[in-house]
Amino acid sequence: MNDIADKVLKGDPRSIAKLITLAENNDPIASDAMKIIHPKSGNAHVVGITGVMGSGKSTLIYELTREYRKKSLKVGIIAIDPTSPFSGGALLGDRIRMMELATDDGVFIRSMGTRGMLGGLTSAVYDVVEILDASGSDVILVETVGVGQAEVDVIKLADTTLVVLVPGLGDAIQTIKAGIMEIADIYVVNKADRPGLEQAVAEIESLIDIACSGKDRKTPILTTVAKQNKGIVELVSEIEDHNKYLKKTKMFDVQRRKRYEAELVEIIRKRLMNFIFDESKFKGKFEDLIDKISKKQVDPYSASDEILGKILK
Amino acid sequence: MEKKIRVLVAKPGLDGHDRGAKVVARALRDAGMEVIYTGLHQTAEMVVKTAIQEDVDVIGLSLLSGAHMTLFVDVTKLLKEKGMEDVLVVGGGIIPEEDESKLKKAGVAGVFGPGTHCEDIVKFIKKNVKR
Amino acid sequence: MLDKKELEKIKQKKDEWGKNTYSNHVKKHPERKKKFENLSWNEIKSLYTPDDIAHLDYIKDISYPGEYPYLRGIHPTMHRGRLWTFRQFSGFGSAEETNKRYKYLLDHGETGLSVAFDYPTLYGYDTDHQMSRGEFGKCGVAISSLKDMEILFSGIPIDKVTTSMTINGPAAIVWAFYIANAENRGIDRRIIGGTIQNDILKEYIAQKSFIFPPEPSMRLIVDTFEFGSKEIPRWNTISISGYHIREAGSTAVQELAFTVGDGVEYVKWAIKRGLNIDDFAPRLSYFFNAHNDFFEEIAKYRAARRIWAREMKKLGAKKSRSLLMRFHTQTAGVSLTAQQPEINITRVSLQALAAVLGGTQSLHTNSMDEALALPSEKAVRIALRTQQIIAHESGVTDTIDPLGGSYYIEWLTDKMEEETYQYWDKVEKLGGVLPAIEKGFYQREIANAAYKYQKEIEEKKRIMVGVNDYQMDEPVEIPILKMDEKGEERQINRLKRLRKNRNNARVERDLNALRRAAEGEENLMPYILKCVHSYSTLGETCQVLRDVFGEYEEPAIY
Repeated sequence: MNDIADKVLKGDPRSIAKLITLAENNDPIASDAMKIIHPKSGNAHVVGITGVMGSGKSTLIYELTREYRKKSLKVGIIAIDPTSPFSGGALLGDRIRMMELATDDGVFIRSMGTRGMLGGLTSAVYDVVEILDASGSDVILVETVGVGQAEVDVIKLADTTLVVLVPGLGDAIQTIKAGIMEIADIYVVNKADRPGLEQAVAEIESLIDIACSGKDRKTPILTTVAKQNKGIVELVSEIEDHNKYLKKTKMFDVQRRKRYEAELVEIIRKRLMNFIFDESKFKGKFEDLIDKISKKQVDPYSASDEILGKILK
Repeated sequence: MEKKIRVLVAKPGLDGHDRGAKVVARALRDAGMEVIYTGLHQTAEMVVKTAIQEDVDVIGLSLLSGAHMTLFVDVTKLLKEKGMEDVLVVGGGIIPEEDESKLKKAGVAGVFGPGTHCEDIVKFIKKNVKR
Repeated sequence: MLDKKELEKIKQKKDEWGKNTYSNHVKKHPERKKKFENLSWNEIKSLYTPDDIAHLDYIKDISYPGEYPYLRGIHPTMHRGRLWTFRQFSGFGSAEETNKRYKYLLDHGETGLSVAFDYPTLYGYDTDHQMSRGEFGKCGVAISSLKDMEILFSGIPIDKVTTSMTINGPAAIVWAFYIANAENRGIDRRIIGGTIQNDILKEYIAQKSFIFPPEPSMRLIVDTFEFGSKEIPRWNTISISGYHIREAGSTAVQELAFTVGDGVEYVKWAIKRGLNIDDFAPRLSYFFNAHNDFFEEIAKYRAARRIWAREMKKLGAKKSRSLLMRFHTQTAGVSLTAQQPEINITRVSLQALAAVLGGTQSLHTNSMDEALALPSEKAVRIALRTQQIIAHESGVTDTIDPLGGSYYIEWLTDKMEEETYQYWDKVEKLGGVLPAIEKGFYQREIANAAYKYQKEIEEKKRIMVGVNDYQMDEPVEIPILKMDEKGEERQINRLKRLRKNRNNARVERDLNALRRAAEGEENLMPYILKCVHSYSTLGETCQVLRDVFGEYEEPAIY
């Protein structure tokens, strides 16, 4: 039955897309296929791109992709946007910035909603990275829902993490000091033609000085004007340098290990949650328990004992 | 984990009137669907390639310039060639009634002209989505 | 406007009325809605009284027609002296077909021409370009070369009638076609009159038929201001537009604020170039929508005049012709329904009336079938007659600004002006018009307003007759305009012949000269005119500019 896995390994776009959907929907076909696909993955360089809204991430990704394509490298792009907590729907519009790539067979773009997952990524992203990897992508660019303190899961996923900023953020850099600012392997100040560039760079430098003291690699700051294709060649070069650095220092293996750990945790979490919520024998029980909690007949901890007790038996 | 309906909303050709496409995209999002909005100036090739990569269940085409008989049909023809007739195609914009039946024959399952309520598009999609 | 004691008495009586007569009545007979909101979501009270406008000074704030701040009208006699121009926006298929329609309209009493171009033309593509596929002549006439322009106006006295052309990205080139055609007919360029829309800012904001990025587009526009003021003195080199912003979903206040804001921006760019404001300002014109809320629209036009006069004074204009805002109006396309199309005639009549009472200089009335297709002859004739009835039978043109002094209208005019300045503050804080466009400010405001409005329709908070109430199941029986199927083929053949028969060496030379000039800072109009006279096509000329200027990509806002 692993027709679909074979087709994916051969690079068939329809199959790649369909397997991604199956993985997103936790279809058992996907888990079977992933068993075949996982061993064939691991070759692609995974670059995570995060940053404040309006920093031009999508345009940056577009220009990076064009640069990679010039070198005949195949690129996979995962563009993640927030799913509405109210409706469960999502408006995935990052592709707009990349429509010229739509007819390039060497580029595969997939838009994904966070589907309730916090941290800036989406649950199936690990699968999608491996699918794109095993089907032939040399570089995978992951655009996360950027911005705050909590959207830092990208460091578990990516080999190289870019944090994209823009000049004129002012106090904003201070407030995002923790969390997002600490995760960068490379800082990018995009829209560098805007006023406030020097100040922005200076603020980042002061943070780097603190964060990198004693470390063997000082996080570089690059400036780009993505819309005008400025600074892109340098950025690609810096990303490749980081990849070499990871491999040379064996940090690469450490980083990959983090990813597989996060992936395993996520798979286990998903399977457990699905088990509880989808299994009909639990669903009724679950609703029942919520009613009881609402009526203060039972507390949430004891309620969880009831469910977990059944599983752990 | 429930399946989400994935919809591609595209504006083929040169028409720049995107008020309706954006309103519909939002309404579909509010109805729980994942909407990939491609923006303006799409060719049939771009639409179909995007539909493949995004594995969409529905393609929504918006056009107000009168070129629908050519451009919508370009898309449905290409979908047929690629064996993607299980993708539900709907269209909206300025489409005279007499063209509606021709479009339906060419593979556009639903035509939603001026005065359409987003509600109705949502209902139609939920009822007719094939995959 | 009244003395303090009078005012006090009026206020007091109003409070009493409110607490007694009004309240008692409302207790037994509640009003139809809890809140009455106009289309800008401003709450409208049940009654407006002198105290609502007590802060206004008649002489300073309201004044007299033909005098600053031109609130009541830009000319001393307004429609008593001269009626607005009946100018029906029109065009479809090939130049031959549209030429026939123009003659029909002129025969039936239209007093000015207005050209609608098809999408390929709007984007600067020739009919045989790959991007033109399926789009030839569908929403306007296809003009790919001077030859087409010659056919379009064949037999029409363009020395006596003015022509407005709705063209933006390639406006300079299409204007050159018009000028060249007139010159070839022996008509002096100094007497031809008309307008090119040429308003790129609103393309970025709403209509989206842009080509080049902002800086080169603004350069081209200022080139047209400069060229126009020197060479084509009777031509309005821009029609700063709110119509499209409104159609894209903005409120009336946003239409007012964004449009006049664009106008001020254009003036600033021209001044930066070194042009003298009084040289080009008299030939700036505006274009507004005439939407459903009758009184709001009238207040909008009045507020626009007053704001513009004030801002132009601030920018240093001295001539009165530089301060007065002349505008064209079109009734709202989005308000037309495909359901029960005949009732669109009623809608258009009310909207047209608002435009006339608002003091428009020129008017287009939509045809009843326009929610479905381009207007048929009968439908456009009825639309024209609507204007003629208002002009000659309704009596509203017997006096100037008849609604002036109405407590409601003056209050609303003032309110819309106030809200305009609030929007301008927001734009300032974002860094100005172009940064605000890049940050998606306007686009977001418009998309949000459009969505909010749609929800209100779907929740029946607003009624759209025939659509969400008073519906009928009857099949629509309106004859839809049919176009000549052979038109596209004819056009393509014409293009092929033109490219073969012209002096191609000359074309190449002139296009290269244009390229060099575009890379520099000279005024491009003379270079464009040269290309046009050599019969270079729209697509070829535009491509040179595309090569030099690049193409614009819009920020992703939805």
